[in-house]
Amino acid sequence: MAAFELSKEGRDFVNVELKRYETPYSAIIPSLYRVQKEKGWVPPEAVPYLSQLMQLPEAHINEVLYFYTMFNKKPVGKLHVQVCTNISCAMNGGREIADHLCEKFAVKYDEVSADGKITVSRVECLGSCGTAPMMQVNDQYVENLTPEAAVKKLKELGA
Amino acid sequence: MQESKLLTEHYNKPDFTSLAGYKKYGGYQVLAKALKMEPKAIIEEVKNSGLRGRGGAGFPTGTKWSFLPNNGEPRYLLCNADEGEPGTFKDRLMMERAPHQLIEGMVISAFAVGSKKSYIYVRGEYDHSIAVLRGALKEAYDAGFLGKNILGSGFDHDMDVYQGAGAYICGEETGMISSLEGLKGQPKLKPPFPAIQGYLRKPTIVNNVETLAAVKYIIRDGAAAYRKYGTEKSAGTKLFSVSGNVVKPGNYEIPLGTPLKDVIFDLCGGLKPGRTLKAVIPGGSSAPVLTAEESMKATMDYECLAQMGSMLGSGAIIVIDDSNSMVDLLDVIMHFYHHESCGQCTPCREGTGWLAKIVHRIRSGAAEPKDIDLVEKVSKQMMGKTICALSDAAAMPAISFVTKFRSEFEAHMQKTRSAVGGSAHA
Repeated sequence: MAAFELSKEGRDFVNVELKRYETPYSAIIPSLYRVQKEKGWVPPEAVPYLSQLMQLPEAHINEVLYFYTMFNKKPVGKLHVQVCTNISCAMNGGREIADHLCEKFAVKYDEVSADGKITVSRVECLGSCGTAPMMQVNDQYVENLTPEAAVKKLKELGA
Repeated sequence: MQESKLLTEHYNKPDFTSLAGYKKYGGYQVLAKALKMEPKAIIEEVKNSGLRGRGGAGFPTGTKWSFLPNNGEPRYLLCNADEGEPGTFKDRLMMERAPHQLIEGMVISAFAVGSKKSYIYVRGEYDHSIAVLRGALKEAYDAGFLGKNILGSGFDHDMDVYQGAGAYICGEETGMISSLEGLKGQPKLKPPFPAIQGYLRKPTIVNNVETLAAVKYIIRDGAAAYRKYGTEKSAGTKLFSVSGNVVKPGNYEIPLGTPLKDVIFDLCGGLKPGRTLKAVIPGGSSAPVLTAEESMKATMDYECLAQMGSMLGSGAIIVIDDSNSMVDLLDVIMHFYHHESCGQCTPCREGTGWLAKIVHRIRSGAAEPKDIDLVEKVSKQMMGKTICALSDAAAMPAISFVTKFRSEFEAHMQKTRSAVGGSAHA
């Protein structure tokens, strides 16, 4: 396995974050985000790397990594499609849309499609209930969905 | 009926998000006024306004502020923008349409409580809100509304935005503090309350986005003017996020005390043709559900909903029509709380798991008749026994669903049991 490393900009970012807050621990979440931005997920070897770079205990970084759901602990497709299946979206067909996308793009939940283009996940409330059902594609909200509209949008985005 | 647009008056104007646009509508003039007041007078005004926390707990804001000890320690102001209560989407609107309104409300509040540093803790998924806020913060710094010697008053204040990373529990104020400190977002035992020992064990005030934005209008117009909206114990306007089976879902700003039936059938255009009302969750998925009959009598204020055994919560109204199965919806809700329990307290960690499991087997036709009572029994054992309110937040909807809609749960079990040949294995 190749040694894990952040880009020069990534390392600079982490060093700025370490001084930005009252405690260096507050820099862990932003630094994990940075890893994810560069690699698409947070590989396990990022933890000892960050520990070294930030001079913070590995165990502590692991704790934070595994507590929060937005850090991908395994690789995701180029489009990470997170379909809300909480109450207001469920009432408006969110669960069926999620199933439909898996079928259409021939992928199982939380797995990467064979071409590497897409991962479909079911997630909890994303705070977009007035425009249910909805999905988040990478960092973009796509609202007022129908199964057809969801597929069309993902195809436009390159799925 | 019409909305009472106090906080949201200019939300339909695209330029309201920029500093120039915000100033066109009187932006930062209230800050200038506040900085000439005595901090104590601001706290008094907020107390007199009757403003209560808009995040869910409904604690009187001015009273919370007056708990800060005078011990010379630095004080922190944290804006809770970890909007995660299912059904709630008002804070996102407020951050994206009016970032400067929040910043102005926060600087006024920070001046009142004597804080030199504040954070806006935004839930991780709200990338767009975060981008808008960061842009607005830069504008506010450049224009001298943040930083050293704000508007020549001698008051210094720094503000930053912190991005959460996906955890409902961080909407609980001490969970949010843990998260901001770089830890797992696990709540802390109270007391000590954050006002005494909060962020980094320093005196800390945690207020919701809407609460802090409302402070601006209380200082602009005075407590008496604010009290013209709402009821004696629930003063002011409130943003309600309406979702589910209504024709026009969305955010609506109305006076507290407005009848729920007017919200559903007038403001939100009623139900879809041919549908009848079955139930309403009035304050986010943690709030006990109301039957259709109760909903017709409810008014949207703290005291009426408490009296009905539910709560106003974050103001998330989830309208449920007769096309839904209550068994199915409870299954969705229980899955959520099980997923979001932080795992710290046994009654919650285990209880949410059991509830999710039992309700799921009821839904899938693998339950025993006694399972309905078991939901109630497990729920009651989860209440009032944990560090934070998540355990209660899971138990309350569970109890209310199975007691108020018991016959539907029984009928569902009857139907599904015969469909699977009476087998009872999960």
